[in-house]
Amino acid sequence: MTSRRDFLKSALSGGALLAAGTAPAEARDNLPQPPDAIGLLYDSTLCIGCKACVSACKDSNQLPMEFSTEEHLWDTPLDLSGKTKNVIKMYKDGSGENKDQEKDGFAFMKVSCLHCNDPSCVSACPVSAMTKDPKTGVVGYDESICIGCRYCVAACPFGVPRFQYDTPFPKIVKCELCRHLKPGHEKYDTYQFSACAQVCPTGATLFGPVKALKAEAERRLALKAGEATTFPRGKLGGPDSYPGKAGAYLPRIYGDREVGGTQVLKLSAVPMEKLGMPKLPERSYASVSETMQHTLYGGLIAPIVVLGGLVAVARRNMKGEPDASGKPEQED
Amino acid sequence: MAHSTHHAPMPLGGKLVTPVTVTLAALAAIAGVILLVRLVFGLGAVTNINDGYPWGIWIAYDVVIGSAFACGGYSVALLVYIFNRGEYHPLVRPALLGSLFGYTLAGASVIFDLGRYWNFWHIFWPGYAQVNSVMFEVALCITLYIAVMWIEFSPAFLEKFGKPEQKKRLDRVMFVFIGLGALLPSMHQSSLGSLLVVFGNQVHPLWQTVLLPLIYLMTAITVGFALVIFESCLSAMGFKRPFELDILSRLSKVMWGMLVAYLVIRIGDLVARGAILRMFEFSIEALMFLIEMAFFIVPAVLLRKPEYRRQPAKLFVSAVCLLAGAFLLRINSFLVGYETGSGWHYFPSFPELMVTIGIIAIEILGYIVLVRFLPILPKTEGALAAATK
Repeated sequence: MTSRRDFLKSALSGGALLAAGTAPAEARDNLPQPPDAIGLLYDSTLCIGCKACVSACKDSNQLPMEFSTEEHLWDTPLDLSGKTKNVIKMYKDGSGENKDQEKDGFAFMKVSCLHCNDPSCVSACPVSAMTKDPKTGVVGYDESICIGCRYCVAACPFGVPRFQYDTPFPKIVKCELCRHLKPGHEKYDTYQFSACAQVCPTGATLFGPVKALKAEAERRLALKAGEATTFPRGKLGGPDSYPGKAGAYLPRIYGDREVGGTQVLKLSAVPMEKLGMPKLPERSYASVSETMQHTLYGGLIAPIVVLGGLVAVARRNMKGEPDASGKPEQED
Repeated sequence: MAHSTHHAPMPLGGKLVTPVTVTLAALAAIAGVILLVRLVFGLGAVTNINDGYPWGIWIAYDVVIGSAFACGGYSVALLVYIFNRGEYHPLVRPALLGSLFGYTLAGASVIFDLGRYWNFWHIFWPGYAQVNSVMFEVALCITLYIAVMWIEFSPAFLEKFGKPEQKKRLDRVMFVFIGLGALLPSMHQSSLGSLLVVFGNQVHPLWQTVLLPLIYLMTAITVGFALVIFESCLSAMGFKRPFELDILSRLSKVMWGMLVAYLVIRIGDLVARGAILRMFEFSIEALMFLIEMAFFIVPAVLLRKPEYRRQPAKLFVSAVCLLAGAFLLRINSFLVGYETGSGWHYFPSFPELMVTIGIIAIEILGYIVLVRFLPILPKTEGALAAATK
């Protein structure tokens, strides 16, 4: 027989365990990238800021226009929003004369979902409305499941998912890498893969398998600034390419390691932080959060043990006690 | 364990329609109208939330703080049934009632914050439910706890409506619900802090730590005790009941111990992570952190000696400080210390504030109505006098 003292002890130690999370549990590593993951390579030095990608994204995703100028003449989104999944932002310093220079220069940055290997939004979503495709790795959203809690909006370290605040029937809006483009879709005649990449006139946004995109990024980083080379356009490995000159790349592929790696990789000649891309650790926040949760609640073992202890202690302590009404039992 | 000195709880009686209750009802009605506008035009029509601050006070206050301020029932039940301190028994029911309202309203108000509230049941539905999400754990746990609390509280109804048989049967299995009532808040009060862990560097280092669950749990328990002291003081004044100094000063000792342990862990964590120096920054975050910590340190100093814990003024000030401290910890970590990028601002709109105020009004109104109507507060001479008036 277990003594009361043991019960109390187990309840207390269980409680301490529950609170402090000292239970030995295996830390969950960053989730690996699916082997056939697809994504984008964005090369800021090739981008001319024409925003053809912004326009095509709107068209492919059938999103409404957004105006930031007095005359509502054309779509002029300034940031991602409940109406916009992709924007080109500009960095400018000093006189802003020279392209791709940190001082007295300017540079462009594409802002859209990076399709993390281990996305915070997917980990945060309480209802599996945000999911990562096990094959393509595309982070997709299903409005029919979503409860509109906006945990994904708050959790994303890149500030990508956006919410519609101006409607009684809102949804989350984020880039899904044009996964809706399949034969039969009304936009399939116009776009066959990620519209932003398909329309990009300089190949600054390039579509393809992430592994190949990374190899392409490494190839560019190995070039000397100004060296003659060929840039693919649209789809990596596709028919379209053109001759050009290598940019003065900083030796870093953004997205290769950030929060466990992403499927959108970025190159630039200006530090990424200046272009609005956050400095992030290599360990994904999803893995930190889930390791903590699973340590506390893995298999519900700790809660059940603690509950057993608590119930036993409560039962013992309620015996010969005034009943729940506060009346001593002898008065009944 | 004989506690024959306990007075059985009994209804206070008295008038229900008073200037106070009418004002509270009016505030609740205003909130109702605003929520109607929200349902017709969307969240942006009445709130200032945006993509930089997608969670405003309807989450940070109504749910996170509201449920922490509803921890009286949890803390007292923990003390009475788990740590076997029967002398606090008279506090159980009034504390539980406060908790019942706080949690039920926190749970109900979250529906209005959900953009796609018609899908809310997905969170409990196998196939949709996403068990890795901290929010899943919070939602499930809070819902279960609300149910458990109604069961824990139901003897008051059964007494009122004269169902002794049912009450006896319920009392026999009550220990199961008491156990659950001690476990579930431990889980979700800590998880409310865990919600922030996935935000990573978007939460300022003064608050972002994997010890958030422990920090949230400890302050929830402390605030539970502080709330019992606070409510006892108010109800002593409001209902002209004697001040239960004996029991409250002993309770404050437990609270003080928990508070000191909290301070050691909180400061120890900041030092260990090297984040403590950030409090000297010239920033709103650092300033708010210092104010938050002051609200925890002041009561630790005020209540350090047994004789101080017998002074109602010190007890009351300490309780208010701890409520403010727990409030600020949550506001700071969810809003002040949260930043998803530059250029975003949030301050609650007037209608947004009125909804929160309306919810608080419903809580207070419900408490007043129920203590007059149901056997909740222990019988006292003062109460008898008030009831016969």
